[in-house]
Amino acid sequence: MSDSHAVAVAEHGAHEHPAHLRHHFVSLEQQDETASFGMWLFLLTEIMFFGGLFTAYLIYRNWYYPAFVSASHTLSITLGAINTLVLITSSFTMAMGVWCAETKKQKGLIWSLIATIVLGFAFLGIKTVEYKEKFEKHHVPGSSFSIQSFVHPVAEDGKAADKALPADTAARTEVYFSLYFAMTGMHAVHMIVGIGLLLMMLVQAIRGAYSHGNIAFVENFGLYWHFVDLVWIFLFPLLYLISRH
Amino acid sequence: MSTILNLPDQATARVPKRNYLTNENGIMSWLLTGDHKRIAILYLISITFFFFIGGALAGLIRLELLTPQSDLMASDTYNKIFTMHGVVMIFLFLVPSVPATLGNFLIPIMIGAKDLAFPKINLLSWYLYLAGGALTLGAMISGGVDTGWTFTTPMSTHFSNTNVITTGLAIFIAGFSSIFTGLNFIVTLHRMRAPGMTWFKMPLFCWAHYAASILMVLGTPVLAITIVLVALERTVGIGVFDPTKGGDPILFQHLFWFYSHPAVYIMILPGMGVISEVISTFSRKRVFGYTAVAFSSVAIAVFGFFVWAHHMFIMGVSNYAVLVFSLLTMLVAVPSAIKIFNWAFTLYKGSITFETPMLYAFGFMGLFTIGGLTGVFLGTAGTDIHLTETYFIVAHFHFVMVGGMLMAFLSGIHFWWPKLTGRMYPEKISQLAAVVTFIGFNFTFFPQFLLGMLGMPRRYAAYPQEFQVLNVFSTAGATILGVGYLLPMIYLVWSLKYGQIAGNNPWQATGLEWQIQSPPLTENFTTIPIVTQDVYDYEWLERQKEHEVTHVG
Repeated sequence: MSDSHAVAVAEHGAHEHPAHLRHHFVSLEQQDETASFGMWLFLLTEIMFFGGLFTAYLIYRNWYYPAFVSASHTLSITLGAINTLVLITSSFTMAMGVWCAETKKQKGLIWSLIATIVLGFAFLGIKTVEYKEKFEKHHVPGSSFSIQSFVHPVAEDGKAADKALPADTAARTEVYFSLYFAMTGMHAVHMIVGIGLLLMMLVQAIRGAYSHGNIAFVENFGLYWHFVDLVWIFLFPLLYLISRH
Repeated sequence: MSTILNLPDQATARVPKRNYLTNENGIMSWLLTGDHKRIAILYLISITFFFFIGGALAGLIRLELLTPQSDLMASDTYNKIFTMHGVVMIFLFLVPSVPATLGNFLIPIMIGAKDLAFPKINLLSWYLYLAGGALTLGAMISGGVDTGWTFTTPMSTHFSNTNVITTGLAIFIAGFSSIFTGLNFIVTLHRMRAPGMTWFKMPLFCWAHYAASILMVLGTPVLAITIVLVALERTVGIGVFDPTKGGDPILFQHLFWFYSHPAVYIMILPGMGVISEVISTFSRKRVFGYTAVAFSSVAIAVFGFFVWAHHMFIMGVSNYAVLVFSLLTMLVAVPSAIKIFNWAFTLYKGSITFETPMLYAFGFMGLFTIGGLTGVFLGTAGTDIHLTETYFIVAHFHFVMVGGMLMAFLSGIHFWWPKLTGRMYPEKISQLAAVVTFIGFNFTFFPQFLLGMLGMPRRYAAYPQEFQVLNVFSTAGATILGVGYLLPMIYLVWSLKYGQIAGNNPWQATGLEWQIQSPPLTENFTTIPIVTQDVYDYEWLERQKEHEVTHVG
């Protein structure tokens, strides 16, 4: 790692003004540090953005714990766990992509980006299946929301039915599903933006834009992608694993 | 009257042929520019446009309140007018006012950099601002919005049938413009300082913007997610703020004020930065207690995040929360007072002159102090219960925002006008404008303190007969205030062509921005300066001049 960095620095020293050094920076080092500092600050704003949702979650989970437990049990742990695995793997492929960019392995970078894109789509696909089930069971908050499945639970495919909830407790599941859709929805929006940027980077990588050491964009996108992954790492236990034994 | 104004010989002086304004020509060279100075000018034009829209709406409000009946307009029209006045003035004028114009223009120059860290993001932030502004205007023209700028739930989510979502989207987008400005400033101040420019050699203007940027970066995203939740509640019908579904409208208040209280410091801190520069220059002294003033900005930013619930004392939060937030609110008064006292000590035994920027700065100090002290009435839970939601609160925040921030903005615009344009504004008429503004302001808003004490509620088009005298005073004052704002608009435009040539350093000020030509070159500095002098070092400046004279001789 440090060796490749030394090589890069030596090469920069060779030409006085690399093409991608912007006029208002003194050195490439300053330019790259500035870009990554900006990215970390942006991620801080993202933490605050999701922070609002997590605050709401914390309050309502404390208030309506039984409703949150029952509502959480309607989610599929299997699908959630698979999705977690998919995202962690995509973080790995993205990290590989950054490493390939740093070591100027163009083929490796292209394949890593493709793998990350495929895994991103896989995550969104599985999420769509989960959302579809919520629509079918009338668990989507709003005018067609129904508490039927909580007041009169039915056992399905070998799983024992949850205990029936009194109507007023069952009504509070709507708060849970509101948060479920707001949180996973906002997360999905970030995934979609990320996939868009990945596709853009893929085109650039095929054109060879990252083979001259100008890889700040890839590195900083890597930070973003890991952040989105990390949000899911919090969402999964908070939404899927409430009181599972 | 003595003056420090020092202009070059007008017969021979010329505005430098090559500068950031003449460097490139054509409309596209402006619309696609990455130059922080040009973006600052673009921002200046746009925020002035929105200021006059917001001002016209304020005029309509005052005109309606001239008589006790609701006769100029129907009550719901009045609701829409004051909502739009608030939205336009806060999100499209006050938040970007000083940072996006003067901050954008000056921060790189003050720290010896060629540009902000991210020029393209800077331009993007202007386009986002315009998009937000256009959507706001669109919402206003296509029927308006009547929730008040606070978007209180469940009014905004269930009962208002006006353009809540469009306006919310506009604020969401304008919010990103603000986030990008703040992010750019923080990164620039960390990574782009010239050799020798340490943190404690930075002008206090930069410190104030640093503190405000922290608030923009950390506060605005919370507003963004709040708007998203309101929009989802209005369209889909999720239940986060809806009590019929188990949600809590108070949670909306917590999230909203978690941004909107720090937002008042986003608005005022850059103004405080301007005042530090102006007071120092026109008293020929280093700002007293430089370090204390610098850290008081940061302290305001930090404390500012822990006082939001003082907007909610009567909304049903617990008594213990009221107690804690009341105490924390008192704490914010400390750093603000540190600034006021240090400015006063800077003036003490200084060689004070009374050019226009200084007159505005005096206006700021007086009016901000009144605004701040009346804030203590409102932060004290007992008196707040009587005063909140009355005209007292309207007067309080207008003293801080209009009396404080707008005065600081005008002070800064006059102070740096020669640097922005290379020409002086006309001194006599602008001094008159500063005085007219001060008088008009007090006539407009002081009666509102009395009205609030007497119990006149805010946000109503009609009021009982006995409040009329004070309301007539207020409306008459608003007319004077309007004249005070129109005057600079006219003579500043006039000065672009006919103003005296300013030269590099008309105020004989010490900042790096005054050591380069006016208007500056696109690249600001021909060679990156190496900073050896201290900040506000007037003796260094004297020596520089002596050196220049002997050199020429």
